[in-house]
Amino acid sequence: MIAAMLAGGSKLLCGASVRWQCDPTATKQRIYYGNHSSHLDFIMIWSALPPRLRASARPVAGRDYWERGATRKYLAGRVFRAVLIERGQATAASARAAIEQMAREMGDRDSLIVFPEGTRSVNGDIGPFKSGIYHLAQLRPDVELVPVYLENLNRILPKGESLPVPMMSRVIFGPPLTADGRDDKAAFLAKARGALIQLKDTR
Amino acid sequence: MTMFEDRAFVALVGGVLALLVVASIAGWMLSRRITSERGRATVDNINARIRAWWMMALIFVVAVVTGRVVTILLFTLISFLALREFVTLAPTRPGDHRALFWSFFIVTPLQYYLIWIEWYGLFSILIPVWMSIFLATRTTLAGDTEHFLERTAINQWGLMICVYFISHVPALLMLAIPGYEHQNAKLMFFLVLIVQLSDVLQFVWGKSIGRRKVAPTISPNKTWEGAIGGIGCTTLIGAALWWATPFAPDEAGMMALVITVMGFAGGLIMSAIKRDRGVKDYGAFIEGHGGMLDRIDSLCFAAPVYFHLTRFFYAM
Repeated sequence: MIAAMLAGGSKLLCGASVRWQCDPTATKQRIYYGNHSSHLDFIMIWSALPPRLRASARPVAGRDYWERGATRKYLAGRVFRAVLIERGQATAASARAAIEQMAREMGDRDSLIVFPEGTRSVNGDIGPFKSGIYHLAQLRPDVELVPVYLENLNRILPKGESLPVPMMSRVIFGPPLTADGRDDKAAFLAKARGALIQLKDTR
Repeated sequence: MTMFEDRAFVALVGGVLALLVVASIAGWMLSRRITSERGRATVDNINARIRAWWMMALIFVVAVVTGRVVTILLFTLISFLALREFVTLAPTRPGDHRALFWSFFIVTPLQYYLIWIEWYGLFSILIPVWMSIFLATRTTLAGDTEHFLERTAINQWGLMICVYFISHVPALLMLAIPGYEHQNAKLMFFLVLIVQLSDVLQFVWGKSIGRRKVAPTISPNKTWEGAIGGIGCTTLIGAALWWATPFAPDEAGMMALVITVMGFAGGLIMSAIKRDRGVKDYGAFIEGHGGMLDRIDSLCFAAPVYFHLTRFFYAM
């Protein structure tokens, strides 16, 4: 119930209209990856999913933030069922551990919501992707990669602000990425980022 | 006297509902008769509009009948949605964020709260005086001078059109007109009905005999024939509805004329803004429908003029 209320509330606040260019009813496991410009991003993708898919879509988030305070802990654990990863020490080993944790926690049912830029953009432009999504796709070649373009969320709740301005936004689910497994890292990341940028011009 | 004992009010509401029933039947018959591709699109569009009018009429009647507070809340919501559409299309920058937050969550409710407590003095200057100074100041504090004049002007205009002007519709309930006590809902009803009828009749006249365009670069559908025919007919209907107003028949006709001319101007101005922003509808975000601003563009500019004429000539 809390989940439905949260989803409805955030869709209302962000006046969101949702477009689908992939099958919104398919129960296939997916990695939804979006452009990152606001704290509202993951909750918007999560809210835009139909309830059945929402129940199995788990955002990837930082443990340090979501384990502070009882409310956040409850939301992350029970409502969003977030995959909480360690941040802070940026070593290759900890990065690999985080990717392996994501691949493992997906199991054979869940989907993930990730933001490959790793940080929020201020002006809404899509920055370079970090390599995490490439390694994740290598570990889980069986799942679909779906680009999700979020429009205007950087104006609703920009980086550094704590109060939202209720403008209208759009959530566009693109067609699944066709990765053939032969792409090297740079080519894969360019392809994934390109697919997201392409959605920007959807009317 | 409750509203249902007010026979003029009942007659107005009944008349509108009867009109909608007739329109729905006509639309249904048209949709069965028409066969050509283009005709079908037009008829579908007309039927969609009729359904929208049903919705609008029902919401408006229920709000008016339920009482002053509900009416004020309804218009608060309308302002809020209109402002959201306006601001979404405006080229704002991060430096506007706090001023915009104020516009939505403080200024808009405050403007309607002033109607609720019937503080006319502050109601009439809150946005044009106090907030134009305050919000511009708030924007300077963000320190971003890029397009500063445009940004502050846009924010101010958004508030004027979407909140200040529209708030003059429920503000009609504040007016104390001798011999017309507790009947102000009909003043509001008259305004909204005349604006809507004028839109319809201009559309009908324009479609039937419209040739000379008023402003082809702004609104290709507006023709002089449509405007004059629509405004003329609506003025006559307005005069014929004098019994629902505190006006004499000729005065009611004059009021209807002013309302329709203002509504026509409003439609043009809002179209010009849309052209400037490169969109067809304010609600292009919502598939298939226009937005709130597309629905209320004529009302925006008619409401304050009608309010002040009524206040100046009829209220105590």
